[in-house]
Amino acid sequence: MNDIIRRNPGWTVAIALLAAAVVWLIVAPWSAGMEATFGRKQIFLNALFNGITLGALYFLVASGFTLIFGLMKNVNLAHGSLYLLGGYLGFEISEATGSWLFSFVVVFIAVAMLGVVLQYTVFRRMEGEDLRQTLVTIGISIVLADIMLWLWGGPSYQILTPDWLRGPVDLPLIAAVRDSGEVIYLRYPAVRIAILVASIALGVLMWLALNRTRIGMLIRAGVDDREMLAASGVRVQIIFMVVFAFGAGLAGIAGIVGGTFQSVVAGEDMRFLLASLVVVIVGGMGSILGAALGAVLIGLAEQLGSVYAPTYSVVFTFLIMALVLAFRPQGLMGR
Amino acid sequence: MSEQSLGGGGADGRRSLVARLNAGLRSLPPAYGVVGVLLLLMPLLANDFFLFQIFGWAFILGMIALSLMFLAGYGGMVSLAQMSIAALAGYMVAILGDSGATAISLGWPWWLYVPVAILVAAAFATFIGALAVRTEGIYTIMITLAFAAAFFYFTRQNYTIFNGYSGFSNVVPPRLFGVNWRSPVAFYYLSLGCAVLSYFAVVYVSRAPFGLALQGIRDNPRRMAALGFNVVAHRVAAYTFAAVIASVGGILLVWQNAQISPGTAGLPAVIDILVIAIVGGLVRPIGPFIGAFIYVLLRTFSPDVLEALALPGDRFKLIIGLGFLVVVYWSPDGVLGLWERWRSRRRRRRDPLMDRGSEP
Repeated sequence: MNDIIRRNPGWTVAIALLAAAVVWLIVAPWSAGMEATFGRKQIFLNALFNGITLGALYFLVASGFTLIFGLMKNVNLAHGSLYLLGGYLGFEISEATGSWLFSFVVVFIAVAMLGVVLQYTVFRRMEGEDLRQTLVTIGISIVLADIMLWLWGGPSYQILTPDWLRGPVDLPLIAAVRDSGEVIYLRYPAVRIAILVASIALGVLMWLALNRTRIGMLIRAGVDDREMLAASGVRVQIIFMVVFAFGAGLAGIAGIVGGTFQSVVAGEDMRFLLASLVVVIVGGMGSILGAALGAVLIGLAEQLGSVYAPTYSVVFTFLIMALVLAFRPQGLMGR
Repeated sequence: MSEQSLGGGGADGRRSLVARLNAGLRSLPPAYGVVGVLLLLMPLLANDFFLFQIFGWAFILGMIALSLMFLAGYGGMVSLAQMSIAALAGYMVAILGDSGATAISLGWPWWLYVPVAILVAAAFATFIGALAVRTEGIYTIMITLAFAAAFFYFTRQNYTIFNGYSGFSNVVPPRLFGVNWRSPVAFYYLSLGCAVLSYFAVVYVSRAPFGLALQGIRDNPRRMAALGFNVVAHRVAAYTFAAVIASVGGILLVWQNAQISPGTAGLPAVIDILVIAIVGGLVRPIGPFIGAFIYVLLRTFSPDVLEALALPGDRFKLIIGLGFLVVVYWSPDGVLGLWERWRSRRRRRRDPLMDRGSEP
C-alpha cells in the first residue's frame, strides 16, 4: 500500500480528494444551491444506498461465479439458472414453512447439491475443454429455464420479508434540513441494510477462509497451479466439488435475497448471469476482492444512472466494462 | 460484360478468369448440382408457407449463424454478438428507410440505406472486435455476450433513436423492378440468393490469403506473429467481414418480419444463433444452414408433435435445449460431424482391407 502511494503520488492525491468529496456529499447537509443543481439529497442518498445494496446482491451471485472460475477455469453459464432456481425454491419454502431464514438453509443445500451434480456429470468429464463446457452449460441453462417456466409460469413472485425486518430504519445520515431547522434523517428499508451487512460479513468470512485456513490455502494453491497441487497428493477433485457446491449454494441464496427485495420472475436468470459476467470482468476473474469492487461499481452505476440519466443507465455499466477491458483487460484486481 | 469491366489484365486475364470459373464449376462435387437445382425449383414443390416461413427464415438464420461459424471455425473466436450486429443492420434499415414510426424514420432511398446499414453494423462489429480480441477463448464468449446484452437493453431503453420497447413496424423491402419482394416466391429467391452469395464468400475468403492467415492465427497466434502477420488486425478484420454477412441477414430478417424490436436481439435469440451454429457444425460453412433448417423445422412443428404426444405444446425450448445438449455432449462438431463419422464407418465396413488406400 505504502509502496503504491509512493509510486503514484498524483493518483493517490486525486483518489483521496475524490473520496473526501464523496464522503462530504454523503455526510454534510446540502445547501439550497446544491439541491438546485443536483436535485434533492434524499434522492441522491437513496440511489447511493440502492446501488450499494444492489452491489451486495451482485456480489453474492458473482463471488460464487468468480471462485469457481478462478479455481477450475470453467465458466458456468448456468450460474444464472442456479440463482433463479434458488429464488423459486426460496419462495416455495418460505411460503410453506413461513420461515424466511429456514429457506436459506434448505435452498443453500439443495442448490449446492445440484452444483455437485453439475460438477460431477459435466465439468469433471470435460476438464480442459473450455468451449465444450461453456456450450454444455448454455444448453443446461436453456433446459433449466424452460423447466422452471413450465413449473412456475410467467408471473413474478415476491418473497415476503419477515416481520422483524419489515419497515424502514433511521440511518444517522442527514437527508434534508427543514426551514425550521429540524433535521430529517434518511429512512431506509431494514431488510436491505440487513442484507448489506450480511453480504459484507460473508465477504469478510470468505476472505478469511481463503487466506487463513487450510482449505483456503489449498484453494489458493489450486488457483495458482492445479497440476502441481494434484501432484503433491491433494485430492483436487474433492476441493473442486466443495468449491462448486459452495459457489452454487451462494447463487441459490442470492436468489432468495433477490426475490425478497426485487422479485423472482422468468428471465432473471439471464439478467443475473450477465451481471455476474460484467462484475467478474470488471473486478478480475477469480478474485473475491475484485468481485466485491466490481459489484459495488456496477450496482452504483446502475442505480445512480437510472436516477440521473434514465435513458443511458445501462450504457454506463457497459461503458465501465469496455473501459476496463481497454485499459486493464485482466480486470481491476486481476493478475 | 462484367468480365470486361473486371479485365484489368486484358484478354489473357479474361480467358484465365473464364477458364478458372469453368474449372471451378467442374471441380464442384455433384451434390452441389443436385442441391442447387433442388433449391432453384423449390417454389414448384413447396407451398407459400414453406417458402416464406421455413426456407426464408432458415436462410436468414443460417446467414447470421454463418457469420458466427466464420469467426469460430476459421478464427477460433466464438462471438455471441452476431445477432446484435444483424439486428443493428435491421434497425438501421428501419431508421434510415421507411417504417411505421414516421417521427424517427428518415425515408432514405433503398440504394442509400442498405449500404449505410451494412457499414454501420460493420463499424459496430469492428469496435466490438477490437475490444473482444484482447481476450481469448471463453473470455471472448463472455465479453461478446455482455455486448449483446448491452445492445438489447440499450435498444429497449432508448426512445430517441431505437424507439424503445415497441421498436419499428411496417418495415418493408423496396418495390424494385415492380416485384413485391415480400411475396413468398420473390422473398425465397432473394434470401436464397443472399445465402448462396454469403456461403461462397465465406468459402472464397477461407481459401484466400487472408482466410489462410486467419486459420494460422487460430492454430498458433505466436508463430503467425513471429512470421510477421499482424494478429490483432487479422482478428478484427474477421469481425468486420463476418459483420457484413450478419448484417445482410439482419436486413432480410427485418424485411421478412416487417418489424424489429429489442426482442429481435434479445438473449434467447442470441443464444439461438449459437445453438444453430453448433448443432450444424462449426467446421464447414454449410453447417449453419443445416442447423438453421433443423432449428426452424423444430420451432415450427414441435408444438404439433408435442401435442400429438400429449405434452404441453409450448415446451419447444426444452426440446431445442435437450437436442443442443445431446449434440454438444456426444458430437462436438455438430450434425455434420455425426454424418461424417457415420459415412467413414460405413466405408470402413464396406471395405475393411483397403481401409485407407481406396479413399481419395
